[in-house]
Amino acid sequence: MSEPLSEPVIFPLGDGALTVEFGRRIAVAANDRVLDLFDYFERNSFRGLIETVPAFCTLTIFYDAFEVRSRNPRYPTAFEAVRALVAEGLEKSTETARPETPPVEIPVAFDEESGPDLDYVAAINDLAREDVIEIFTSRVYRVFMLGFLPGFPYLGELDERIAAPRRSVPRLVVPRGSVGIAGRQTGIYPIESPGGWQLVGRTDFRLFDPAKNPPCTLRPGDRIRFTVAMK
Amino acid sequence: MSILIQKAGILTTVQDLGRHGYRRFGINPNGAMDRHALRVANILLGNDENTAGLEIHYPAPEIVFEEPAFFALAGADFSAALDGRPVENWHVGFAPGNSILTFRKKISGNRLYLAVRGGFRIDRWLGSASTNLRAGAGGFEGRRLAAGDRLFFNRTTMDGKKDPGYRLSSSLIPFYSSFPTVRIVAGPEFEWLTEESRIDFTEQNYAISLNSDRMGFRLEGPPLTARERTQMVSSAVDFGTVQMLPDGRLIVLMADHQTTGGYPRIGQIASVDRPLVAQLGGNDKIAFHPITVAAAEDLAVRRRIDLNRLRSAVGFRFPA
Repeated sequence: MSEPLSEPVIFPLGDGALTVEFGRRIAVAANDRVLDLFDYFERNSFRGLIETVPAFCTLTIFYDAFEVRSRNPRYPTAFEAVRALVAEGLEKSTETARPETPPVEIPVAFDEESGPDLDYVAAINDLAREDVIEIFTSRVYRVFMLGFLPGFPYLGELDERIAAPRRSVPRLVVPRGSVGIAGRQTGIYPIESPGGWQLVGRTDFRLFDPAKNPPCTLRPGDRIRFTVAMK
Repeated sequence: MSILIQKAGILTTVQDLGRHGYRRFGINPNGAMDRHALRVANILLGNDENTAGLEIHYPAPEIVFEEPAFFALAGADFSAALDGRPVENWHVGFAPGNSILTFRKKISGNRLYLAVRGGFRIDRWLGSASTNLRAGAGGFEGRRLAAGDRLFFNRTTMDGKKDPGYRLSSSLIPFYSSFPTVRIVAGPEFEWLTEESRIDFTEQNYAISLNSDRMGFRLEGPPLTARERTQMVSSAVDFGTVQMLPDGRLIVLMADHQTTGGYPRIGQIASVDRPLVAQLGGNDKIAFHPITVAAAEDLAVRRRIDLNRLRSAVGFRFPA
């Protein structure tokens, strides 16, 4: 995954946001740059900034056009003003060393009730259930982003030997804590929800607790490891 | 000081202008679908514009004012009546103790806002009173209102127990058409469309599917085509983002949208026109008119100036 990084591209998302795109493929290097720029704006807020949202290879910046314009009369639009702030941020935010924290351990039950699609994932990959579990738990995953549901971590990258397509018909109810596979991604449902990922197990690990602030346990850039839960 | 939900409506929730700063955790802003209507109702009452109000769908609830209150209705017209006497939208009314607010018929729009002077007393979750139905948090116990629910509001001065008598300038009262043309800015993936589809997008009309809710409105119409099937990785989306699904159909993301999505973002509806979309319901229609970012910003800025003017005018008559 040592592709050279392309120059970031900046797109408006209407009159209240813009997206900075560091590529169009899931890659650790692009995600690092997203998080660098995210950190930069955490330290260097500006008047009119509402919030920033990191994703796989984009950072989206939400702002109040009225506030940004009144603070930056030199620019014809709020979009141009924020674009200039992003350019400054890109210059100053490069090459931040990201400390490697020990992976968060997440115990998963892989029995048939917890992982109703484990047999399917094994079958399409010509493996036994035990092989899928072995491969699945043997690597450290990166949290690329949170999205879809409160606290839902998009984790990668999954070993291609156990990759599986999304279900053609999504389930109406996926129980809280379900661990799913979609393509070469894996993720955990923090709350009950409809969902289309192949479910291979379930965890009691709490990813979302509305009584806490912030209510979510994981952060983009965190690393996690799945372990087999003791009965 | 309280109101009582005497009969439940189909979907009544507590909403403000949204919860900000938590999209990064996958927690979206929620908030009023028609933010303009809630804002105006609050400003008319002398409230902070972000004060929580009720968002009411039809069939609507029956509401008892257990104590006297100044209130305002804005947004959809559900033919409101207080103790049987018609109540107009977009102005301040006075409800005597034990008066009953009912809604008899859907005339226009789909979401009506009720605000009371002083504001409802709602515990904020992550800085906002908006209801997140999916997470079961925020608003009133994280859920829609049911019969028997009682919402308290802050006591306010009751000098001059009558309609303060001012009218809203018509520029701030939207015309809620059931077939609006809304202004839209090209989205990051607009260029992915074929040349033909780019033209079609602004020349076709779309019907709002019956299968639409606070998360999103599905549009029915001829599908669009992308020049090439480019896989897209998930990125942030917003209220008013128009996404293209794999079959070429479109979906407009609404207030309860997911924070991120993996479908091409064809366009982003100008924020000033979002309320017009928010008032649509199943079988209504919509068309899109492309504008530049600069034009969309100009509209947003002008709207803000108009609202600020209204706030100073109200502040002058309705001292806190």
